[in-house]
Amino acid sequence: MTDITASSVPVTDVVPTRSRFSIHIAVFLAPALAIYTLFSIYPLIDTIRLSLYAGDETGARSFVGLQNFYTLLTDPNWSGQFWNAFSNNLIFFAIHMVVQNGIGLGLAMLLSLPRLTGGSVYRTLIFLPTMLSVVIIGFIWQLMLNPLWGIAPSLLKAAGLGSLFGPWLGQESTALLTVSLISVWQFVGIPMMLIYAALLNIPDDLLDAATVDGAGPFSVFWFVRLPLILPTLGVVSVLTFVANFNAFDLIYAIKGALAGPNFSTDILGTFFYRTFFGFQLQVGSPTMGAAVATAMLIIILIGVLIYLFGVQRKLQRHSF
Amino acid sequence: MKTLHSKAFRRRARQLLATASVVAAALAFANTASAQTLTIESWRNDDADVWNTKIIPAFNKKHPNIKVQFKADPPTEYNAALNARLAGGTAGDLITCRPFDASLDLFKKGSLVSVNDVKGLENFSDVAKSAWSTDDGKTTFCMPMASVIHGFVYNKEIFDELKLTPPKTVAEFHAVLDKIKADGKYTPIAMGTADQWEAATMGLQNIGVNYWKGEEGRKALIEGKQKFTDKPYVDAFKELASWAPYMGDGYKAQKYPDTQNLFTLGRAAIYPAGSWDVPIFRKQADFEFDAFAPPVVNAGDKCYISDHTDIAIGINAKSQNMDAAKTFLSWVASPEFAEIYANELPGFFPLSKAKVEVKDPVAAKFVGWRGTCESSIRNSYQILSRGTPNLENELWNVSAQVMNGAMKPEEAAKKAQDGLASWYEPQKK
Repeated sequence: MTDITASSVPVTDVVPTRSRFSIHIAVFLAPALAIYTLFSIYPLIDTIRLSLYAGDETGARSFVGLQNFYTLLTDPNWSGQFWNAFSNNLIFFAIHMVVQNGIGLGLAMLLSLPRLTGGSVYRTLIFLPTMLSVVIIGFIWQLMLNPLWGIAPSLLKAAGLGSLFGPWLGQESTALLTVSLISVWQFVGIPMMLIYAALLNIPDDLLDAATVDGAGPFSVFWFVRLPLILPTLGVVSVLTFVANFNAFDLIYAIKGALAGPNFSTDILGTFFYRTFFGFQLQVGSPTMGAAVATAMLIIILIGVLIYLFGVQRKLQRHSF
Repeated sequence: MKTLHSKAFRRRARQLLATASVVAAALAFANTASAQTLTIESWRNDDADVWNTKIIPAFNKKHPNIKVQFKADPPTEYNAALNARLAGGTAGDLITCRPFDASLDLFKKGSLVSVNDVKGLENFSDVAKSAWSTDDGKTTFCMPMASVIHGFVYNKEIFDELKLTPPKTVAEFHAVLDKIKADGKYTPIAMGTADQWEAATMGLQNIGVNYWKGEEGRKALIEGKQKFTDKPYVDAFKELASWAPYMGDGYKAQKYPDTQNLFTLGRAAIYPAGSWDVPIFRKQADFEFDAFAPPVVNAGDKCYISDHTDIAIGINAKSQNMDAAKTFLSWVASPEFAEIYANELPGFFPLSKAKVEVKDPVAAKFVGWRGTCESSIRNSYQILSRGTPNLENELWNVSAQVMNGAMKPEEAAKKAQDGLASWYEPQKK
């Protein structure tokens, strides 16, 4: 958030015998660049290349141009599934934006209260699920929500609200919401931590000055703190977006790759898995799968570009 | 300064090279040492124990020179993991074959070899081989191992307590269900729709054969002479829909392990089963249980059962131990293997013509239906699941929806038919 260190180095002090310098840059960049190229850039480009091919039954591949994308978007058997997964993914993302980031912001505000005791304990507890394996999270929540021996129906019955319970994970109307909320529960610690760190960065002078000027707690939040943490909220949003459109594991752990009932929990990740690896009797198609993966890449790219050019450039950054 | 750096660099490079060559040598050594080791790829991780303690030792008594290693993935990940390993050239010598297209696909891609010349293949009937043969039936690429049979397992103690007898017809079946429900103590049918395949496999394919007359209906679908919208198929969906009121609370979120537990804890009376459940129940249930065949529509009707060719074993085309692998396959075709397999894993029934005595009484009952009823395989497996949308996936989806009450039986039939007709020529008319 500050440029002080960079600008304090006088540029003219550079020794003219800096020809070695370029080797150093190369040496220091090389490990990261090599690893990143090998494990990220190359697979990405190769995926895009693969999406332009089609395989026949002997496994031989031939170049078909954009045929796979054409099929994906126009053949009702493919486009129906694709758009269903896409819209489910949007809902999945919207729930995370509103609930996860909303609660994350609220928790961060509570944690930054000056007179809070045991703050670090809460912080650790709330962050804990994030560090657990998705498989464990899925298993625990399925057990808790299990209509036969779960704790959720018994608790509701004990409170006299037994009629409110439903097999939430199994109904078309509630399954996606339930899975989303489980994911929110797991990951709420991340926005909380990021926003909490941003809140701590705000100097007390600003808050004191606002209070002296007669601002109440609400005004202090709305007119002083919120504008100052907006860049962090932007980062949190884009992280949520990328994570949600890449999501797969929780849905796969809870609902399987067929993402039932009636594909109501199917998101792009599970759709990609079925297409690429196949499912039961469905034989996987690496080329069509690559097309789906490329479509996901484009969707994420568009989202991130909208953020970079539409939002981030308008944000004002403040250095204290 | 520069020279010093480069010297150090060269020294490093030499060290690195030395390490690399040592590692390479070690790997090469490991390779030669395991020349006679066969690795089996399988999805039956539940059976690893039986393979390691019974089947492989029995094989080694006859062929002590060939070491066999059993390596299993979880069933849902097997296809994906196997394909990845075959593509990467790291798959085992012996490959457990899924029935029909998944394996046919591997054969066409050149990952499996023909087993026509392997001794012992003559021990199997054409029906047994059909799941692992090319469409013209000329080439077989996996040695058949076992089939699974569907039916209903029931809790004998509950039946005795409520004075019920195993039903033979659909009407009797519903009368039994009504009585259990009226009593109120037990869940009549242990079944859930959350995993979807339960509804399709234990539900539709289990009872459906009695409606579409087994092989007759299955072949008619392939030839395009019958459609899913025909009466037998709609009736099967209707029967499925009628189970909903008899299933446990929240069956929509009930998964397969929940279903098994519901039954083995003695809380449910009837369990639509696959015969592979028998060994699991043997271990977990502390009450007596028995089985009855899928009820027929009218008393005196001919009965059909789903006797599904499920598991076989083939040879990786890239195997370095082709001869050893063929020796193992011939042994799999022998009556000795059939005997061990049938009794160590009751519920998996050998496909070979050899007479094998099944000792588990419930498993024996399942296999006994082969004598009284006509056998058929699941209708979505051969040819019909080759296109998009995939028929098997569609049947999972619509069967679960019918049981959830989210779809009418007629709508389910129409959806399956429309999907099939969209790509399968004989059904397009």
